[in-house]
Amino acid sequence: MKIYSHPKSLRNVSTHYCPGCGHSLAHRLIAEVIDELGIREKVIAVAPVGCAVIAYDYWDFDCSEAAHGRALAVATGLKRVRPQNIVFTYQGDGDLAAIGTNETIHAANRGENVSVFFINNAVYGMTGGQMAPTTLLNQKTSTSPLGRSAAAQGYPLKISEMLALLPGVKYIERVSLHSPQEIMKTKKAIRQALVNQIEGVGFSLVEILSPCPTYWGLSPRDSMAWIKNTMIKEFPLGIIK
Amino acid sequence: MAKTKILMTGNEAIAKAAIDAGCRFYAGYPITPQNELIAYMANNMEKSAGVFIQAEAEVAAINMVFGASAAGARAMTSSSSPGISLKQEGISYIAGAELPALIVNIVRGGPGLGNIAAAQSDYFQATRSGGHGDYHCIVLAPASVQECYDFTGLAFNLADKYRTPVIILGDGLLGQMMEPIVLAKPQALSLKSQDKPWALTGCKGRKANVVKSFYLKEGDLEKFNLKLQKKYQQIQLKEERYEGLYVNDAKIVLVAYGSMARIAKSAVKALRSRGKKVGLIRPITLWPFPKQVFSKRLTSNEKYLVIEMSYGQMLEDVQLAICGRAKVEFLGRAGGGVPSEEDIMRKVNEML
Repeated sequence: MKIYSHPKSLRNVSTHYCPGCGHSLAHRLIAEVIDELGIREKVIAVAPVGCAVIAYDYWDFDCSEAAHGRALAVATGLKRVRPQNIVFTYQGDGDLAAIGTNETIHAANRGENVSVFFINNAVYGMTGGQMAPTTLLNQKTSTSPLGRSAAAQGYPLKISEMLALLPGVKYIERVSLHSPQEIMKTKKAIRQALVNQIEGVGFSLVEILSPCPTYWGLSPRDSMAWIKNTMIKEFPLGIIK
Repeated sequence: MAKTKILMTGNEAIAKAAIDAGCRFYAGYPITPQNELIAYMANNMEKSAGVFIQAEAEVAAINMVFGASAAGARAMTSSSSPGISLKQEGISYIAGAELPALIVNIVRGGPGLGNIAAAQSDYFQATRSGGHGDYHCIVLAPASVQECYDFTGLAFNLADKYRTPVIILGDGLLGQMMEPIVLAKPQALSLKSQDKPWALTGCKGRKANVVKSFYLKEGDLEKFNLKLQKKYQQIQLKEERYEGLYVNDAKIVLVAYGSMARIAKSAVKALRSRGKKVGLIRPITLWPFPKQVFSKRLTSNEKYLVIEMSYGQMLEDVQLAICGRAKVEFLGRAGGGVPSEEDIMRKVNEML
């Protein structure tokens, strides 16, 4: 019985991610699903500015960079020209829900037949731990040093719930990487989003709660606990649409 | 067989030429004075099995073009001045990722919201890197509806040849006036993915392709920039274009492009009919600026008059090309003002 193999869609290299970061896990899950669906040679991934902008160094299939926030505009161009290919974006919270909110909402509203993997770690990682649209109330970051206050900085943005209102959106699920059980559910959701695209169902988004120990100031183990005990209260898991 | 002529606006001629040249992706956002272009695309792109998208924003439109071009399609967007300002980020990324694309700017008055009158005030933005970083776009300046049609096919060919963004710099006069044009045989190449081995098509039978402009490792970005610079030197060497009129014996050489060159040409003809030795250099490529024509023909007893619908932008390129070896004067209006034939003749008579 085979118990382990390296996914063909994942290059055999070390990543630049911090210890305990969720990106490596998410990359691997996506690579495994792509292998299992046998679509590696049809995939075009879009990795915009953020910690995962060099995801093309880790995935072994066609990839495009995108400017910060513009992933879903780039994906729209790719998918409309090549509807036979499988196009997905891999975006952080700042990218998808702050600087790229416009692109996100309108690609969803057009019902673009693409898959979106949305990594929510409640912080800007690449630039050094600033406040994100998804930063929790009272969470301290380098640009909310006293903790995010609703009065000054507004509330954590629940973009998945917002997008669920749009008729063009066919599937949204929020999952998490904080335990083996949740990781398996994440893989299932990734699979669903890609299968939807293969079947022409339409816009699918998986929001993945993902640990950022470095900018949460926690150990990897405590980061997992923080997702479970704190983050999920603000961002409840499950199928949103 | 006589060639059929059809009557079109400059905006429509660009759109028609793009489809004839094999452009199969258009994304744009409404803005005056280029709305005939987006409307033509909405009516005709899908009939040619292409993609038309009215984007949610100028920023999204240029990034859709980035994606479509990365996928191997001939792709374009169009807008007017304020909209082109918004696209600059995307144009920089397109240049940095070495993607071919066409960007049409039907220039209007600025700065800010300005107005919707014709202007040439975006010359600096088009010919210097309008966005961040050391890059250039090839810039073509048509002066008639026929050239709007002809230069669009040329623009796609240059974009593909050099893997670089190309700008067609028109203005509100050119975009909205109607003239009869002769349709050429489509210059189109029916592009297949093997013509663009770098395109993102899925990695079947080859190594994975990556489209990017990010070079984090020390030394890599400098190396990439030097590669770009080499390409720009090639373009400067090979792609300078201009039209000369009575240049050889001219004592005063007018320099104007686009719509302004049409008016300058009328002034030259009127002055010639009165025996005045006046000529015209009309740059067709604004970048690369046709420097060679200036350096080749310079003598000390001639003068230049640069005429623009701006307050002196191309003027700087003429001054750089002439490098102090002849006197350069300037006549310009902007914000809706257009130097007239009479204004030009008066100025020339003062200079004679």
